[in-house]
Amino acid sequence: MPKRTDIKKILIIGSGPIVIGQACEFDYSGTQACRVLKEEGFEIVLVNSNPATIMTDPEIADQTYIEPLTPEFVEYVIEKERPCAILPTLGGQTALNIAMKLYENKVLEKYNVKMLGADYDVIKKAEDRQCFKEAILKIGLEVPESEFAYSMEEARVAVKKIGYPVIIRPSYTLGGTGGGFAHNDKEFEKIASLGLESSMNSEIIIEESIVGWKEYELEVMRDNKDNVVIVCSIENLDPMGVHTGDSITVAPAQTLTDKEYQIMRNASLAIIREIGVETGGSNIQFAIDPTNGRMIVIEMNPRVSRSSALASKATGFPIAKFAAKLAVGYSLDEIQNDITRETPASFEPTIDYCVVKAPRFTFEKFPEAKDILGVQMKSVGETMAIGRTFKEALQKSLRGLEIGHIGFDNKLDFNDIPDEKIETRLKEPNASRIFYIKYALQKGWSIERIFDLSKIDCWFLAHMEQIFNLEKEIVTTIEKEKDVPDDLLRKAKEYGFSDAQLSKMLGITEVEFRAKRKEKGIIATFKLVDTCAAEFEAYTPYFYSTYETEDEACLQIAKFDKEKACLPGASVGKRKRIMILGGGPNRIGQGIEFDYCCCHASFALGEMGYDTIMVNSNPETVSTDYDISDRLYFEPLTFEDVMNIVDVENPDGVIVQFGGQTPLNLAKRLSDAGVPIIGTSVESIDLAEDREKFSKLIKELGLIQPENGFANSAEEAVEVAKKIGYPVLARPSYVLGGRAMKIVYSKEGLLSFVEEAKEVSQGHPILIDKFIEDAVEVDVDAMSDGNDTFVAGIMEHIENAGIHSGDSACVLPPATISEIMVQQIREETRRIAKALNVIGLLNIQFAIKGRRLYVLEVNPRASRTVPFVSKATGMQLAKMAAQIMVGEPLSKFNLSYDKLDNMKHFSVKESVLPFSKFSGVDIVLGPEMKSTGEVMGIAATFGEAYAKSQTSAYQELPQKGKIFISVNDEDKRAIVFMAKRLADLGFSIVSTRGTAKVLRSNGVETEEVARYDQGAKNSLNTMRLLENNEIKLIINTPSGQRSQSDMRSIRAAANLHNVPCITTLQGAWAAINGIESRKIKKFSVQSLQQYYIG
Amino acid sequence: MKKAILFLEDGRYFYGQALSATGDTSGEVVFNTSMTGYQEILTDPSYAGQIVAMTYPLIGNYGVNEEDVESNKIHLKGFVVKEFCRRHSNFRATKSLIDYLDENKIIAIEGIDTRALTRHIREKGAMKALISTEDLDLKSLQGKVNKAPSMEGSDWVEKVSVQEKYVWKGEERTEIKYKVAAIDCGIKFNILRILSRLGCEVHVFPAKTSAKELLAIKPDGLFVSNGPGDPAAVTYVIETLKQLFGKIPIFGICLGHQMLGLALGGKTFKLKFGHHGANHPVKHLMDGRIGITSQNHGFCVDIDSIKEGDIEIVDINLNDNTAEGLRHKKYPIISFQHHPEAAPGPHDVQYLFKYFIEMIEESKKAGKHA
Repeated sequence: MPKRTDIKKILIIGSGPIVIGQACEFDYSGTQACRVLKEEGFEIVLVNSNPATIMTDPEIADQTYIEPLTPEFVEYVIEKERPCAILPTLGGQTALNIAMKLYENKVLEKYNVKMLGADYDVIKKAEDRQCFKEAILKIGLEVPESEFAYSMEEARVAVKKIGYPVIIRPSYTLGGTGGGFAHNDKEFEKIASLGLESSMNSEIIIEESIVGWKEYELEVMRDNKDNVVIVCSIENLDPMGVHTGDSITVAPAQTLTDKEYQIMRNASLAIIREIGVETGGSNIQFAIDPTNGRMIVIEMNPRVSRSSALASKATGFPIAKFAAKLAVGYSLDEIQNDITRETPASFEPTIDYCVVKAPRFTFEKFPEAKDILGVQMKSVGETMAIGRTFKEALQKSLRGLEIGHIGFDNKLDFNDIPDEKIETRLKEPNASRIFYIKYALQKGWSIERIFDLSKIDCWFLAHMEQIFNLEKEIVTTIEKEKDVPDDLLRKAKEYGFSDAQLSKMLGITEVEFRAKRKEKGIIATFKLVDTCAAEFEAYTPYFYSTYETEDEACLQIAKFDKEKACLPGASVGKRKRIMILGGGPNRIGQGIEFDYCCCHASFALGEMGYDTIMVNSNPETVSTDYDISDRLYFEPLTFEDVMNIVDVENPDGVIVQFGGQTPLNLAKRLSDAGVPIIGTSVESIDLAEDREKFSKLIKELGLIQPENGFANSAEEAVEVAKKIGYPVLARPSYVLGGRAMKIVYSKEGLLSFVEEAKEVSQGHPILIDKFIEDAVEVDVDAMSDGNDTFVAGIMEHIENAGIHSGDSACVLPPATISEIMVQQIREETRRIAKALNVIGLLNIQFAIKGRRLYVLEVNPRASRTVPFVSKATGMQLAKMAAQIMVGEPLSKFNLSYDKLDNMKHFSVKESVLPFSKFSGVDIVLGPEMKSTGEVMGIAATFGEAYAKSQTSAYQELPQKGKIFISVNDEDKRAIVFMAKRLADLGFSIVSTRGTAKVLRSNGVETEEVARYDQGAKNSLNTMRLLENNEIKLIINTPSGQRSQSDMRSIRAAANLHNVPCITTLQGAWAAINGIESRKIKKFSVQSLQQYYIG
Repeated sequence: MKKAILFLEDGRYFYGQALSATGDTSGEVVFNTSMTGYQEILTDPSYAGQIVAMTYPLIGNYGVNEEDVESNKIHLKGFVVKEFCRRHSNFRATKSLIDYLDENKIIAIEGIDTRALTRHIREKGAMKALISTEDLDLKSLQGKVNKAPSMEGSDWVEKVSVQEKYVWKGEERTEIKYKVAAIDCGIKFNILRILSRLGCEVHVFPAKTSAKELLAIKPDGLFVSNGPGDPAAVTYVIETLKQLFGKIPIFGICLGHQMLGLALGGKTFKLKFGHHGANHPVKHLMDGRIGITSQNHGFCVDIDSIKEGDIEIVDINLNDNTAEGLRHKKYPIISFQHHPEAAPGPHDVQYLFKYFIEMIEESKKAGKHA
């Protein structure tokens, strides 16, 4: 069936900020969908609150709304744009939920908007546990057995029927309290009775436990003619019990016979038909009992998901693009597979390699949280590796994680780890379990023993043992012969050992080893990802490295060159090649923003006629779509892997300043190896990082910096701090994202910091800066060609200086900074850029206190805020910077400050924090970055923009009710005025004693409550008010070093109850502005394209 | 591990390591793109005379078991993989693949860049090859491989067909409704399992059985099986089929389909490197449905040679538009190039067996079965 002609305008909903469980994979899917539907001639309206996405680039959709992703705001967009249809299946759970709501409250009906992909009933059937269970049972498949019980008698009958082990879940308790596993009568009696007690309505669910079973996923696509294909099968290394996003997973499924695989395939077909997903992709999860093959259906996502992104990258099959085409009426056989160019999309990819995905965790950011894994996802990113064998792919994935592991290695000495610890770490799923398998192998434990503890299939364990055995063989050989024979070395490379691992074993440098290896002719070969295992000629420019006999990259590159030369207007001679290094797995501090920059560099250079080469290992990203750059290398971002690509591509330039810290860390070594790094020189980057040289430069330029020094010992630290005066900002050098940074107010605090920082700083000195209290922090993004500089964005932070810029809300243009100060910022930025000879992007953090402008930090590279500034101003910074880096002058772009100075709208960036995923962690912001993502609010006034940003970050400002205020002594004076305004706006104020006293004596009516859980048994305290959902907003400023355990509990409870919690006066001021603007008038929405016209 | 070589007719060669079986083995080298189902592939008689290279690099992951066999022995001449699994994992496994190959004395080679091999075959076409664990001299190998028999024009059916006719023992509970005669050219067990499940009592005959002998059991339908080699070389079956047109419903698969095409006056030709895999999209023109099919054939019925007259093409391969099924407009004859019985592969087109049953039912109703 050809394209539908009854629809013209389609609304696509994005997924909003990056949060744990919903990351840039939906930028990938949304971007693909927008592009392909626009190509098909549809008018595309897009709503997404996340500015760091490619999909919100103004050229991707016809009308782009950066507005909150709530039913209310999406309705405004519908009201304004009147789309014919809505496509909700490409924006994750967020988009699906909004579409469901819009259907339920009849908005879709009111405006006559059709749902594409999956309609209401389908989504309901897939998402509602009970409906789904019924559907599955109806088609003769199984779900875990479960029974409700309301008494111990009923519970005992139920457990008898189901059989041990079981999970007991009490109904209606927050966070699953009172539930647990029971393996026998004794445990059952205890847990079930406890569960019945803790459940509000004495209801427990007793469910068959399938923890430890094998877990699989199938990616399914269906068209409106009922053709169904399976794109990819995935087998999880971590068995059931660990969220699939936190599991190491492998594609394709490894341990299923064809018979079993076909049973699962048939089940998937039956499920997608029964649930009724008419067009598009779904993913279905299964569990298999390893002892008898019994198959249970876990769940289905009736939409494109994280797994579909992985499946797309793992096979080369562009799921999102095809899902969008199917949604508008095409059938699979009408869509061409652009990889083979002659076969249709109605086939099943077959692969001739093994793919391993490994999750990236950030528990080091949340030291109070345990790194134990369970059913709630906790990882913040992932890396994918491709190899010809599982062993190779596994080792590549582990080094691709960039967590200090260079393969299936060991950071600790196994002799130092007690057996009991290894047993626990194997038994209880956790972030470093894979490395404990290594320790167990080193201890000589059998695969059976490791399996008994971990339930990780012996197939995986046996491969790890092979890796370990080869390592042993190499080490013994070196001990005996001082060298490794060629065939053993080749085998090691085939097993995925990195040069870093092998050179360490040989006791030589990696560079020496690399030269030696190449001399022996052991050279990486590149293979193509082509969806068809080489059965058809492929045109995909998508490669991975392995150690085989034939290299396809050279052949393929020659083919592309030939094709390009035939294009009309092609220039004679070889096209210049620019290689862009991506950011690797997402982590806190380095995520989608950098992928955005890399993509933009590729777009800009591609347009200029360069051949662009992308290197990245993150399957969630847009940059790893094979049609973004001329060639894509899906590889870990290590020196070795990048050099291997350099060897085949011989790039004319390599860009390291767009991918975040990952490529920057490689810059020096690459440059030393003769790789042509373009843009700001490695020396300049170094200079900015080197505190001493940098201080000298700042002085020479006549600028000021907070007083600072560094220390190599606790005594020195105390000495330095004494000299510059408390409070000080202390941090270990050479760390990312403000890791372990702290504001310290006293000697005691400093000493305990030094103690804590030991592990992180690893022998590097500790940096100590004077902390400037009550300063306004400003972030600046600028571009320079070495001569001219243009300051594209000045962002005023809404939080105090001292909160990591990545966690701070900020506003552009600045709301309270004088014109003179703006001029000074521009001038100082220009001088710094010139002094550092910046070619490309530059980010500076300033602090303003009174009339003084302090330079806090200079980063001569793309910053996290580049996409935000680009969206706010309509200037595409990364694209221009990329052009500058290949030699274009800044003057080419005709930039002027007039436009910026006359902007008629405010843009507010707000960060989104993951605290709700890490229970027990204090919600307080500091110099260490903790947010996972960001949103943007745009409006004509600051207040409105701020309110929108809060709604976008799902901490909607209240319009009525109680506001809890408790501030430290320094803030008490300032809060009075704000409290008055709040009272005037109709809120009632609740305070603890100290604050209440100040407010009352200034004429603000205030109800006093006991702190935390103090007070008489039935009297009100803060905790109870929170639990009763009476408090709608918390303003609580923490202070220096005072013990605040009760305040921590309040903030934790606020988080649990979804009550916005403001911890600075600036934040409070912004919030009141926002509340006010919202009270005054209904919000309006406007597209970026309209804002840019002005 | 013993060093071994895979030497191709055009002089390209790959070094690898052999399992325990040693010596030389030659045959036509083809690649199979199925990611699962190596046990079915090993035991599929259609691979007789061929060396099979698996494109999926990790083979042996789930071991082998008693049930997943397509015949009573391994038929292929050599097995080429990237890496054999040293420790399998599956609840049904009874032994490792390596043990299974060793016990059956199959010469197998691992450590091969199977992707390079596949690309070579794709570009140069399927060709003769030789695996040797003893002779690593390139000149000598070239001589040997030149002397190996060619696929084109050679009859492999007589080598794999049963010697004595037998009745397939189906599952006990199925009710027998039809009597079917099957010409065994290398029949896969899963065809027999499915026919039996559909209520057929299947009498399996040697390929050289005459039409008269086949009709002697008074079958309700005739099944012509898959099998190895060049259909044009199996003249005796083609002759038999000609005599049976119009007398009995006939259903053919793979080689059976090709032989029917020839018997109906069409031509067959050799594909460059054939279709061997489990992901080929086929459109069934009778209902428009697209199925993902299992395929294993090196020869193909030429559409142009039969499209006129009484023959109708019913299935088309969407990858290369070759004929995948045909039907006679007057006689109850239908056949498929792909494998509705799968094993290995998707079960999407298993429903096509219904046409056989329908033809049988109709002809029974009309009361004109022989």
